[in-house]
Amino acid sequence: MNRFLKILFIVLIVRPLVLIILGLNIRGREKLPLTGPAVIAANHNSHLDTMVLFSLYPLSAVHKLRPVAASDYFMRNSVIAWFSQNVIGIIPIGRTGKANKDEIFSGCHEALDNDDIIIVFPEGTRGEPEQISKLKKGIFYLVKDRTDTQIVPLVTHGLGRALPRGEALLVPFNCDVAVGESLPTVNTSSELLALLNDSYSSLLKDCLTYKKIK
Amino acid sequence: MDIPQNAFIAMLVVLTVLVIATIIQFLLKLKNPENDYHELYQRIMSWWWIIGLLFLFLAISTNAAIIFFAFLSFLALKEFISIVETRQTDRNAVFWLYLSIPLQYYWVASGWYGMFIIFIPVYIFLLIPVRMVLKGETEGFIKSAGVLHWSAMLTIFSISHVAYLLVLPEKNTLAGGVGLVLFLLFMTQFNDVSQYVWGKLFGKHKIIPKVSPNKTWQGFLGGMFTITLLASIVAPHLTPLSQIEGMVAGILISISGFFGDVVISSVKRDLNIKDSGNLIPGHGGILDRMDSLIYTAPIFFHYIYSLYY
Repeated sequence: MNRFLKILFIVLIVRPLVLIILGLNIRGREKLPLTGPAVIAANHNSHLDTMVLFSLYPLSAVHKLRPVAASDYFMRNSVIAWFSQNVIGIIPIGRTGKANKDEIFSGCHEALDNDDIIIVFPEGTRGEPEQISKLKKGIFYLVKDRTDTQIVPLVTHGLGRALPRGEALLVPFNCDVAVGESLPTVNTSSELLALLNDSYSSLLKDCLTYKKIK
Repeated sequence: MDIPQNAFIAMLVVLTVLVIATIIQFLLKLKNPENDYHELYQRIMSWWWIIGLLFLFLAISTNAAIIFFAFLSFLALKEFISIVETRQTDRNAVFWLYLSIPLQYYWVASGWYGMFIIFIPVYIFLLIPVRMVLKGETEGFIKSAGVLHWSAMLTIFSISHVAYLLVLPEKNTLAGGVGLVLFLLFMTQFNDVSQYVWGKLFGKHKIIPKVSPNKTWQGFLGGMFTITLLASIVAPHLTPLSQIEGMVAGILISISGFFGDVVISSVKRDLNIKDSGNLIPGHGGILDRMDSLIYTAPIFFHYIYSLYY
């Protein structure tokens, strides 16, 4: 990743887009992890989710933010792959499920060892606007053997109205961001997903734009 | 732009009040360090930003100030449309509402009164359902059409009346359009404050407890008395209005400001939220700050328009 390009991208595009064209209602900003290793487990409705997270961080720390992203989508051609890796700084991950777990997560572990803050979308896909799909277990296996890494749940709401999947027209809407308490360590993936689901539903209740969509 | 003499003095008075408020806040903190004055501090800092930006754009030029108000309309529309219920299929119609903002303020900047006054109530009113029909989703159609047009009236049509004050022909050359804007904004905000203070001091009989338990007859009438008195003194300096006409303007601003406040309160109650956003630290959202203005701007505008223009 090129740190300079990422800062340029955030200053010229991400921040004006997120803070002026959109607009954020933020709850629990102080709970965002500012240093790694950490995992932010966010819900996923729009490509804007990642942009919103970038805009929340000071420019001195944005190079630490590494979204985990599907390689079949974000590496689909050389231009997008170059942008995803050099500007956004994604950690590509296969979602075919064929490779073994150590191999799949090697990029993530490398980043966490480097004190990065990685962004994971446990739903695995953007799904239907403003609905949280079934969470996937991968996040549990990612942190299972790491005692140094905490999971911070984060919910965004309203971005699926501004730019839903499959739409090219961006319509300005204020969006909510709510950050939760980091999750305690648990032994099974189902416990972790239950905690995460609970955290998401309580965070959603803090959102000003919640329950306003039919 | 050259700011007319009286308008310039009014700006200095407002800045002086703000400096005094900042000093008082500072002294309070010094005297009672154990108390939490964080919210008061945030509120005053936000006032510096609001007033600073307003004065800056008023000072640059009429068109700069019109763009400033257009941007406020944009923020207010965005906030309103984000908290109310809309359907995914309404995204295109909402996009059209955003496009109507530069048009509406263009009519203002070019002084085309006839278009300015009918564009939102007639053309946008007719056009929104057309855009929705083209999408073809009929479930929830009536409600969406209503919500979208109401939002345009509140956030674009009403607010643009403030901007139109700037392009009216000068009838009081010592104050100009800037004087009218300052008069309206200052009276509206000060009405909020004095209704609050009178209510805190003497409030007893609630007006509409279901909507706003803090609104009392004592606060309302006390605020109206204060604003009427103040308006009659200030109006001849900042507007073409005489002393008596200024009193009437004060009464109109006081009553309409009260209703603007409680109308937006009702919206928030309906949605079960306390603030409409958190754009302005210590104040809430932009609608929380502009609620009264949404009602006072058109009422004051048409009052002076029918008397003098």
